[in-house]
Amino acid sequence: MEITLKINGAEKKLNVEPRTLLVHAIRDAGLTGTHIGCDSSSCGVCTVVLDGKTAVKSCTMFAVMAEGHEITTIEGMAQGGKLHPLQQAFHDQHGLQCGYCTPGMIMAAHVLLQHNPNPTEEEIRFGLSGNLCRCTGYQNIVKAVQQAAQMLQQPAGAAADD
Amino acid sequence: MIPAAFEYKRPMSLEEAISHLAEHGYDARVLAGGQSLIPAMRYRLAQPAVLVDINKLPNLGYLLEENGKLRIGALVRDTDVEFNKNIQSKYHLISDVSMVVADPIVRFRGTVVGSLCHNDPSGDWAAAAIAARAEMVIQGKNGTRVEAIDQFLVDSFATSIGEGELAVEARFPIPNERTSGAYEKIERKVGDYATAAAAVQIELNPDGTIKEAGIGITAVAHMALRVVEGENLLRGQKPSLDLIRAAAEEARKIADPNPDARGSAEYKKDMARVLVGRGLIKALRRLNVAVA
Repeated sequence: MEITLKINGAEKKLNVEPRTLLVHAIRDAGLTGTHIGCDSSSCGVCTVVLDGKTAVKSCTMFAVMAEGHEITTIEGMAQGGKLHPLQQAFHDQHGLQCGYCTPGMIMAAHVLLQHNPNPTEEEIRFGLSGNLCRCTGYQNIVKAVQQAAQMLQQPAGAAADD
Repeated sequence: MIPAAFEYKRPMSLEEAISHLAEHGYDARVLAGGQSLIPAMRYRLAQPAVLVDINKLPNLGYLLEENGKLRIGALVRDTDVEFNKNIQSKYHLISDVSMVVADPIVRFRGTVVGSLCHNDPSGDWAAAAIAARAEMVIQGKNGTRVEAIDQFLVDSFATSIGEGELAVEARFPIPNERTSGAYEKIERKVGDYATAAAAVQIELNPDGTIKEAGIGITAVAHMALRVVEGENLLRGQKPSLDLIRAAAEEARKIADPNPDARGSAEYKKDMARVLVGRGLIKALRRLNVAVA
Protein backbone atom coordinates (compact mmCIF):
# COMPACT_ATOMS: atom_id res chain seq x y z
CA MET A 1 0.00 0.00 0.00
CA GLU A 2 1.10 3.56 -0.66
CA ILE A 3 1.46 5.85 2.32
CA THR A 4 2.72 9.38 2.84
CA LEU A 5 4.94 10.06 5.80
CA LYS A 6 6.04 13.50 6.90
CA ILE A 7 9.65 13.11 7.99
CA ASN A 8 11.70 16.13 9.03
CA GLY A 9 9.17 18.40 7.38
CA ALA A 10 9.31 16.68 3.98
CA GLU A 11 6.51 14.49 2.64
CA LYS A 12 7.69 11.14 1.41
CA LYS A 13 5.55 8.73 -0.59
CA LEU A 14 6.43 5.18 0.34
CA ASN A 15 5.27 1.78 -0.76
CA VAL A 16 4.97 -0.43 2.31
CA GLU A 17 3.21 -3.50 3.56
CA PRO A 18 1.03 -3.06 6.65
CA ARG A 19 3.63 -5.09 8.57
CA THR A 20 6.50 -2.77 7.60
CA LEU A 21 7.97 -1.35 10.78
CA LEU A 22 8.43 2.40 10.92
CA VAL A 23 12.20 2.06 11.38
CA HIS A 24 12.50 0.08 8.14
CA ALA A 25 10.37 2.62 6.26
CA ILE A 26 12.52 5.48 7.55
CA ARG A 27 15.75 3.76 6.59
CA ASP A 28 14.40 2.68 3.18
CA ALA A 29 13.54 6.34 2.58
CA GLY A 30 17.28 6.99 2.73
CA LEU A 31 17.43 8.26 6.30
CA THR A 32 19.86 5.82 7.84
CA GLY A 33 20.69 7.90 10.90
CA THR A 34 18.00 6.00 12.78
CA HIS A 35 19.61 2.73 13.79
CA ILE A 36 18.29 -0.75 14.44
CA GLY A 37 19.56 -2.39 17.60
CA CYS A 38 17.82 -5.07 19.58
CA ASP A 39 14.68 -5.80 17.58
CA SER A 40 12.92 -6.31 20.91
CA SER A 41 11.81 -2.79 21.95
CA SER A 42 14.50 -2.77 24.63
CA CYS A 43 17.45 -0.70 23.49
CA GLY A 44 15.98 2.55 22.14
CA VAL A 45 18.54 3.16 19.37
CA CYS A 46 15.63 3.48 16.91
CA THR A 47 13.91 6.22 18.95
CA VAL A 48 12.37 8.96 16.80
CA VAL A 49 10.18 11.92 17.74
CA LEU A 50 6.49 11.96 16.92
CA ASP A 51 4.66 15.28 16.72
CA GLY A 52 7.46 17.15 18.45
CA LYS A 53 6.75 16.07 22.00
CA THR A 54 6.53 12.30 22.13
CA ALA A 55 9.16 9.68 21.47
CA VAL A 56 8.59 6.26 19.98
CA LYS A 57 10.79 3.24 19.40
CA SER A 58 10.33 3.07 15.64
CA CYS A 59 10.75 -0.73 15.70
CA THR A 60 7.54 -0.86 17.74
CA MET A 61 5.22 1.00 15.41
CA PHE A 62 4.00 0.05 11.96
CA ALA A 63 4.87 2.64 9.31
CA VAL A 64 1.22 2.90 8.37
CA MET A 65 0.40 4.04 11.92
CA ALA A 66 2.67 7.07 11.46
CA GLU A 67 0.55 8.53 8.67
CA GLY A 68 -0.71 11.94 9.70
CA HIS A 69 2.05 12.40 12.28
CA GLU A 70 5.16 14.57 12.06
CA ILE A 71 8.25 12.41 12.41
CA THR A 72 11.60 13.87 13.38
CA THR A 73 14.78 11.84 13.03
CA ILE A 74 18.36 12.73 13.86
CA GLU A 75 18.74 14.15 10.32
CA GLY A 76 16.09 16.75 11.18
CA MET A 77 17.89 18.17 14.19
CA ALA A 78 20.56 20.41 12.62
CA GLN A 79 19.14 23.58 11.10
CA GLY A 80 20.84 25.65 8.42
CA GLY A 81 24.10 23.75 8.73
CA LYS A 82 24.25 24.44 12.46
CA LEU A 83 24.17 21.54 14.90
CA HIS A 84 21.23 21.37 17.29
CA PRO A 85 22.35 22.22 20.85
CA LEU A 86 21.94 18.54 21.78
CA GLN A 87 24.25 17.48 18.95
CA GLN A 88 26.73 20.20 19.87
CA ALA A 89 26.63 19.15 23.53
CA PHE A 90 27.15 15.46 22.69
CA HIS A 91 30.16 16.57 20.65
CA ASP A 92 31.54 18.91 23.35
CA GLN A 93 31.09 16.43 26.21
CA HIS A 94 32.11 13.40 24.15
CA GLY A 95 28.70 11.87 24.90
CA LEU A 96 29.43 8.88 22.73
CA GLN A 97 31.95 6.12 22.34
CA CYS A 98 31.04 3.91 19.38
CA GLY A 99 28.14 6.23 18.53
CA TYR A 100 25.60 3.54 17.73
CA CYS A 101 23.13 4.59 20.44
CA THR A 102 23.66 8.32 19.86
CA PRO A 103 20.77 9.09 17.47
CA GLY A 104 18.29 7.41 19.80
CA MET A 105 19.82 9.07 22.85
CA ILE A 106 19.57 12.50 21.25
CA MET A 107 15.95 12.00 20.16
CA ALA A 108 14.98 10.69 23.61
CA ALA A 109 16.81 13.58 25.29
CA HIS A 110 15.08 16.02 22.93
CA VAL A 111 11.67 14.85 24.13
CA LEU A 112 12.82 14.76 27.75
CA LEU A 113 13.83 18.42 27.52
CA GLN A 114 10.48 19.36 25.97
CA HIS A 115 8.75 18.08 29.09
CA ASN A 116 11.38 19.10 31.60
CA PRO A 117 13.64 21.92 30.31
CA ASN A 118 15.81 21.95 33.42
CA PRO A 119 16.16 18.35 34.61
CA THR A 120 18.28 17.17 37.52
CA GLU A 121 20.91 14.52 36.88
CA GLU A 122 18.56 11.95 38.39
CA GLU A 123 15.72 13.05 36.12
CA ILE A 124 17.99 12.73 33.08
CA ARG A 125 19.01 9.22 34.09
CA PHE A 126 15.35 8.30 34.68
CA GLY A 127 14.23 9.87 31.40
CA LEU A 128 16.88 8.05 29.35
CA SER A 129 16.45 4.71 31.10
CA GLY A 130 14.76 3.23 28.02
CA ASN A 131 17.89 3.85 25.94
CA LEU A 132 20.90 1.61 26.30
CA CYS A 133 24.55 2.45 25.64
CA ARG A 134 26.45 -0.83 25.39
CA CYS A 135 29.75 1.05 25.68
CA THR A 136 28.32 2.16 29.05
CA GLY A 137 29.22 5.75 28.26
CA TYR A 138 26.43 7.11 30.37
CA GLN A 139 28.42 9.67 32.38
CA ASN A 140 29.18 11.85 29.39
CA ILE A 141 25.73 11.32 27.90
CA VAL A 142 24.23 12.77 31.08
CA LYS A 143 26.73 15.65 31.01
CA ALA A 144 25.83 16.34 27.38
CA VAL A 145 22.13 16.55 28.19
CA GLN A 146 22.92 18.89 31.08
CA GLN A 147 24.92 21.14 28.76
CA ALA A 148 22.19 21.06 26.10
CA ALA A 149 19.58 22.03 28.69
CA GLN A 150 21.69 25.05 29.61
CA MET A 151 22.26 26.01 25.98
CA LEU A 152 18.55 25.72 25.18
CA GLN A 153 17.65 27.97 28.10
CA GLN A 154 19.96 30.73 26.91
CA PRO A 155 18.52 33.23 24.45
CA ALA A 156 19.38 32.48 20.83
CA GLY A 157 22.82 33.74 19.84
CA ALA A 158 24.10 33.93 23.39
CA ALA A 159 25.72 30.49 23.30
CA ALA A 160 29.43 30.77 23.96
CA ASP A 161 31.77 29.94 21.12
CA ASP A 162 34.66 27.90 22.46
CA MET B 1 12.45 -9.43 12.72
CA ILE B 2 9.44 -8.97 10.48
CA PRO B 3 5.93 -9.79 11.69
CA ALA B 4 3.75 -12.14 9.67
CA ALA B 5 1.54 -10.43 7.11
CA PHE B 6 -1.89 -9.24 8.21
CA GLU B 7 -4.83 -7.30 6.90
CA TYR B 8 -4.84 -3.74 8.22
CA LYS B 9 -8.04 -1.92 9.14
CA ARG B 10 -8.10 1.69 10.20
CA PRO B 11 -11.64 2.52 11.28
CA MET B 12 -12.54 6.16 11.77
CA SER B 13 -15.49 5.51 14.08
CA LEU B 14 -16.32 3.24 17.00
CA GLU B 15 -19.16 1.64 15.02
CA GLU B 16 -16.81 0.82 12.17
CA ALA B 17 -14.23 -0.65 14.58
CA ILE B 18 -16.82 -2.86 16.21
CA SER B 19 -18.15 -4.02 12.89
CA HIS B 20 -14.61 -5.09 11.84
CA LEU B 21 -14.19 -6.91 15.13
CA ALA B 22 -17.58 -8.60 14.75
CA GLU B 23 -16.79 -9.67 11.20
CA HIS B 24 -13.38 -11.16 11.96
CA GLY B 25 -13.98 -12.44 15.49
CA TYR B 26 -10.94 -13.86 17.23
CA ASP B 27 -8.91 -13.66 13.99
CA ALA B 28 -8.73 -9.91 14.63
CA ARG B 29 -6.70 -8.11 17.25
CA VAL B 30 -7.12 -4.53 18.39
CA LEU B 31 -4.06 -2.32 17.84
CA ALA B 32 -3.82 0.59 20.28
CA GLY B 33 -0.34 1.47 21.58
CA GLY B 34 1.04 -1.78 20.20
CA GLN B 35 3.84 -1.87 22.77
CA SER B 36 3.11 -5.48 23.72
CA LEU B 37 1.38 -6.68 20.56
CA ILE B 38 3.97 -5.51 18.02
CA PRO B 39 6.91 -7.14 19.87
CA ALA B 40 4.85 -10.35 20.15
CA MET B 41 4.17 -10.17 16.42
CA ARG B 42 7.82 -9.57 15.62
CA TYR B 43 8.68 -12.75 17.51
CA ARG B 44 5.71 -14.40 15.76
CA LEU B 45 4.27 -15.29 19.13
CA ALA B 46 1.19 -13.55 17.78
CA GLN B 47 0.09 -13.81 14.14
CA PRO B 48 -3.30 -12.12 13.92
CA ALA B 49 -4.93 -12.26 10.50
CA VAL B 50 -6.45 -8.81 10.92
CA LEU B 51 -5.35 -5.78 12.93
CA VAL B 52 -7.95 -3.16 13.79
CA ASP B 53 -6.01 0.05 14.49
CA ILE B 54 -8.12 2.18 16.85
CA ASN B 55 -5.67 5.09 17.02
CA LYS B 56 -7.75 7.29 14.71
CA LEU B 57 -11.00 6.79 16.64
CA PRO B 58 -12.28 10.09 18.01
CA ASN B 59 -13.01 10.72 21.68
CA LEU B 60 -11.12 7.84 23.30
CA GLY B 61 -8.25 9.93 24.70
CA TYR B 62 -10.14 11.35 27.67
CA LEU B 63 -8.81 11.21 31.23
CA LEU B 64 -11.36 12.76 33.54
CA GLU B 65 -13.15 12.46 36.86
CA GLU B 66 -16.88 11.92 36.77
CA ASN B 67 -19.47 10.41 39.12
CA GLY B 68 -16.86 9.29 41.62
CA LYS B 69 -14.67 7.58 39.02
CA LEU B 70 -11.47 8.36 37.16
CA ARG B 71 -12.36 7.49 33.57
CA ILE B 72 -9.42 6.43 31.40
CA GLY B 73 -10.29 6.21 27.70
CA ALA B 74 -8.82 3.47 25.52
CA LEU B 75 -6.32 5.83 23.86
CA VAL B 76 -4.90 7.35 27.07
CA ARG B 77 -1.15 6.71 26.99
CA ASP B 78 0.83 5.75 30.06
CA THR B 79 2.59 9.13 29.89
CA ASP B 80 -0.78 10.95 29.94
CA VAL B 81 -1.25 9.37 33.36
CA GLU B 82 2.38 9.75 34.43
CA PHE B 83 2.53 13.49 33.69
CA ASN B 84 -0.96 14.34 35.10
CA LYS B 85 -0.66 16.59 38.17
CA ASN B 86 -4.04 15.57 39.61
CA ILE B 87 -3.09 11.90 39.42
CA GLN B 88 0.31 12.59 40.96
CA SER B 89 -1.27 14.30 43.96
CA LYS B 90 -4.34 12.15 44.56
CA TYR B 91 -3.91 8.72 42.98
CA HIS B 92 -0.83 7.40 44.75
CA LEU B 93 -1.07 3.82 43.50
CA ILE B 94 -1.82 4.78 39.88
CA SER B 95 0.95 7.40 39.90
CA ASP B 96 3.47 4.86 41.25
CA VAL B 97 2.55 2.38 38.51
CA SER B 98 2.68 4.98 35.74
CA MET B 99 6.34 5.65 36.51
CA VAL B 100 7.53 2.05 36.24
CA VAL B 101 5.58 0.54 33.34
CA ALA B 102 8.10 -0.65 30.75
CA ASP B 103 10.42 2.32 30.06
CA PRO B 104 9.94 6.06 29.48
CA ILE B 105 9.85 5.81 25.67
CA VAL B 106 7.45 2.86 25.60
CA ARG B 107 5.14 4.78 27.95
CA PHE B 108 4.58 7.47 25.30
CA ARG B 109 2.74 4.89 23.18
CA GLY B 110 1.49 2.19 25.56
CA THR B 111 -2.07 2.52 26.84
CA VAL B 112 -3.59 1.64 30.21
CA VAL B 113 -6.63 -0.03 28.69
CA GLY B 114 -4.50 -1.93 26.17
CA SER B 115 -2.31 -3.28 28.94
CA LEU B 116 -5.37 -4.49 30.85
CA CYS B 117 -6.75 -6.14 27.69
CA HIS B 118 -3.41 -7.83 26.97
CA ASN B 119 -3.47 -9.26 30.51
CA ASP B 120 0.14 -10.31 30.49
CA PRO B 121 0.90 -12.40 33.60
CA SER B 122 3.56 -9.79 34.41
CA GLY B 123 1.49 -6.72 33.58
CA ASP B 124 1.63 -3.78 35.97
CA TRP B 125 -1.81 -2.27 35.38
CA ALA B 126 -3.68 -5.49 36.16
CA ALA B 127 -2.32 -5.60 39.70
CA ALA B 128 -3.18 -1.94 40.20
CA ALA B 129 -6.68 -2.40 38.82
CA ILE B 130 -7.23 -5.29 41.21
CA ALA B 131 -6.00 -3.35 44.26
CA ALA B 132 -8.00 -0.23 43.36
CA ARG B 133 -11.10 -2.24 42.37
CA ALA B 134 -11.34 -0.85 38.87
CA GLU B 135 -14.02 -1.59 36.32
CA MET B 136 -13.86 -1.99 32.56
CA VAL B 137 -16.33 -0.55 30.09
CA ILE B 138 -16.82 -2.82 27.09
CA GLN B 139 -18.66 -1.82 23.95
CA GLY B 140 -20.33 -4.18 21.50
CA LYS B 141 -22.88 -3.90 18.74
CA ASN B 142 -25.74 -3.75 21.19
CA GLY B 143 -24.37 -1.22 23.66
CA THR B 144 -21.96 -1.16 26.56
CA ARG B 145 -21.49 -3.25 29.66
CA VAL B 146 -19.43 -2.54 32.76
CA GLU B 147 -17.47 -5.34 34.34
CA ALA B 148 -15.58 -5.53 37.62
CA ILE B 149 -11.87 -6.12 37.07
CA ASP B 150 -11.99 -9.54 38.76
CA GLN B 151 -14.50 -10.75 36.19
CA PHE B 152 -12.67 -9.01 33.34
CA LEU B 153 -9.29 -10.67 33.94
CA VAL B 154 -9.89 -14.32 33.11
CA ASP B 155 -6.54 -16.05 32.57
CA SER B 156 -3.06 -15.53 31.10
CA PHE B 157 -3.51 -13.20 28.10
CA ALA B 158 -7.29 -13.70 28.33
CA THR B 159 -10.13 -11.40 29.30
CA SER B 160 -13.91 -11.51 29.18
CA ILE B 161 -13.98 -9.39 26.00
CA GLY B 162 -16.08 -11.29 23.49
CA GLU B 163 -16.04 -11.39 19.69
CA GLY B 164 -17.10 -8.08 18.24
CA GLU B 165 -16.39 -6.20 21.47
CA LEU B 166 -13.96 -3.42 22.29
CA ALA B 167 -12.81 -2.25 25.74
CA VAL B 168 -13.31 1.51 25.59
CA GLU B 169 -12.52 2.61 29.15
CA ALA B 170 -11.03 1.67 32.51
CA ARG B 171 -12.63 3.24 35.58
CA PHE B 172 -10.91 3.67 38.92
CA PRO B 173 -12.77 4.90 42.02
CA ILE B 174 -11.64 8.40 43.05
CA PRO B 175 -9.68 8.00 46.30
CA ASN B 176 -10.84 10.11 49.25
CA GLU B 177 -8.38 11.86 51.57
CA ARG B 178 -8.15 8.80 53.83
CA THR B 179 -7.12 6.57 50.92
CA SER B 180 -3.62 5.86 49.71
CA GLY B 181 -1.75 3.16 47.89
CA ALA B 182 1.60 2.15 46.52
CA TYR B 183 3.20 0.00 43.84
CA GLU B 184 6.36 -1.93 44.63
CA LYS B 185 8.20 -3.66 41.81
CA ILE B 186 11.47 -5.52 41.51
CA GLU B 187 12.97 -5.62 38.03
CA ARG B 188 16.45 -6.56 36.85
CA LYS B 189 16.59 -3.50 34.65
CA VAL B 190 14.20 -0.81 33.42
CA GLY B 191 11.97 -2.29 30.76
CA ASP B 192 12.37 -5.91 31.82
CA TYR B 193 9.41 -7.90 33.08
CA ALA B 194 8.98 -7.62 36.83
CA THR B 195 10.63 -10.28 38.94
CA ALA B 196 7.68 -9.68 41.26
CA ALA B 197 5.44 -6.71 41.99
CA ALA B 198 2.65 -5.75 44.37
CA ALA B 199 -0.08 -3.09 44.23
CA VAL B 200 -1.85 -2.08 47.42
CA GLN B 201 -4.54 0.41 48.33
CA ILE B 202 -5.82 1.23 51.82
CA GLU B 203 -8.79 3.30 52.96
CA LEU B 204 -8.90 4.27 56.62
CA ASN B 205 -11.94 4.98 58.79
CA PRO B 206 -11.99 8.33 60.66
CA ASP B 207 -10.97 6.36 63.80
CA GLY B 208 -7.81 5.11 62.08
CA THR B 209 -8.92 1.53 61.52
CA ILE B 210 -8.77 0.08 58.01
CA LYS B 211 -12.06 0.41 56.17
CA GLU B 212 -11.04 -1.24 52.90
CA ALA B 213 -7.90 -2.86 51.60
CA GLY B 214 -6.91 -3.95 48.11
CA ILE B 215 -3.90 -6.11 47.29
CA GLY B 216 -2.89 -7.26 43.80
CA ILE B 217 0.28 -9.16 42.96
CA THR B 218 1.75 -9.71 39.51
CA ALA B 219 4.52 -11.67 37.77
CA VAL B 220 4.17 -14.38 40.41
CA ALA B 221 1.41 -16.56 38.94
CA HIS B 222 -0.39 -17.38 35.67
CA MET B 223 -1.99 -13.93 35.97
CA ALA B 224 -2.27 -11.05 38.41
CA LEU B 225 -3.95 -12.23 41.60
CA ARG B 226 -6.04 -10.63 44.33
CA VAL B 227 -4.71 -11.50 47.80
CA VAL B 228 -8.17 -12.01 49.25
CA GLU B 229 -7.09 -13.42 52.62
CA GLY B 230 -4.64 -10.57 53.11
CA GLU B 231 -7.38 -8.02 52.43
CA ASN B 232 -9.69 -9.83 54.88
CA LEU B 233 -7.06 -9.71 57.62
CA LEU B 234 -6.61 -5.96 57.21
CA ARG B 235 -10.26 -4.92 57.00
CA GLY B 236 -11.58 -3.45 60.27
CA GLN B 237 -8.22 -3.63 62.04
CA LYS B 238 -5.92 -0.96 63.41
CA PRO B 239 -2.71 -0.81 61.35
CA SER B 240 0.31 -2.45 62.97
CA LEU B 241 3.51 -4.10 61.84
CA ASP B 242 2.26 -7.53 62.97
CA LEU B 243 -0.95 -7.05 60.99
CA ILE B 244 1.01 -6.07 57.87
CA ARG B 245 3.32 -9.07 58.28
CA ALA B 246 0.33 -11.39 58.50
CA ALA B 247 -1.38 -9.85 55.45
CA ALA B 248 1.84 -9.96 53.43
CA GLU B 249 2.32 -13.62 54.29
CA GLU B 250 -0.96 -14.35 52.49
CA ALA B 251 0.65 -13.09 49.27
CA ARG B 252 3.50 -15.57 49.68
CA LYS B 253 0.99 -18.37 50.20
CA ILE B 254 -0.98 -17.80 47.00
CA ALA B 255 1.92 -16.83 44.73
CA ASP B 256 2.67 -19.67 42.31
CA PRO B 257 5.48 -18.37 40.09
CA ASN B 258 7.57 -20.12 37.47
CA PRO B 259 11.29 -20.13 38.15
CA ASP B 260 13.31 -18.35 35.46
CA ALA B 261 16.42 -16.21 35.02
CA ARG B 262 14.85 -13.65 37.38
CA GLY B 263 14.75 -16.02 40.31
CA SER B 264 13.58 -19.30 41.78
CA ALA B 265 9.94 -19.93 42.60
CA GLU B 266 10.70 -19.72 46.32
CA TYR B 267 12.49 -16.40 45.90
CA LYS B 268 9.65 -14.87 43.91
CA LYS B 269 7.07 -16.10 46.42
CA ASP B 270 9.02 -14.45 49.18
CA MET B 271 9.38 -11.25 47.15
CA ALA B 272 5.59 -11.16 46.74
CA ARG B 273 5.41 -11.15 50.55
CA VAL B 274 8.12 -8.52 50.95
CA LEU B 275 6.65 -6.20 48.32
CA VAL B 276 3.12 -6.36 49.75
CA GLY B 277 4.57 -5.48 53.15
CA ARG B 278 6.60 -2.59 51.77
CA GLY B 279 3.61 -1.32 49.81
CA LEU B 280 1.35 -1.36 52.85
CA ILE B 281 3.92 0.48 54.95
CA LYS B 282 4.39 3.10 52.21
CA ALA B 283 0.63 3.59 51.71
CA LEU B 284 0.12 4.04 55.45
CA ARG B 285 3.05 6.45 55.68
CA ARG B 286 1.42 8.49 52.91
CA LEU B 287 -1.61 8.71 55.23
CA ASN B 288 0.70 9.85 58.03
CA VAL B 289 0.39 6.52 59.83
CA ALA B 290 3.77 5.21 60.95
CA VAL B 291 3.91 1.50 61.67
CA ALA B 292 7.62 0.91 61.17
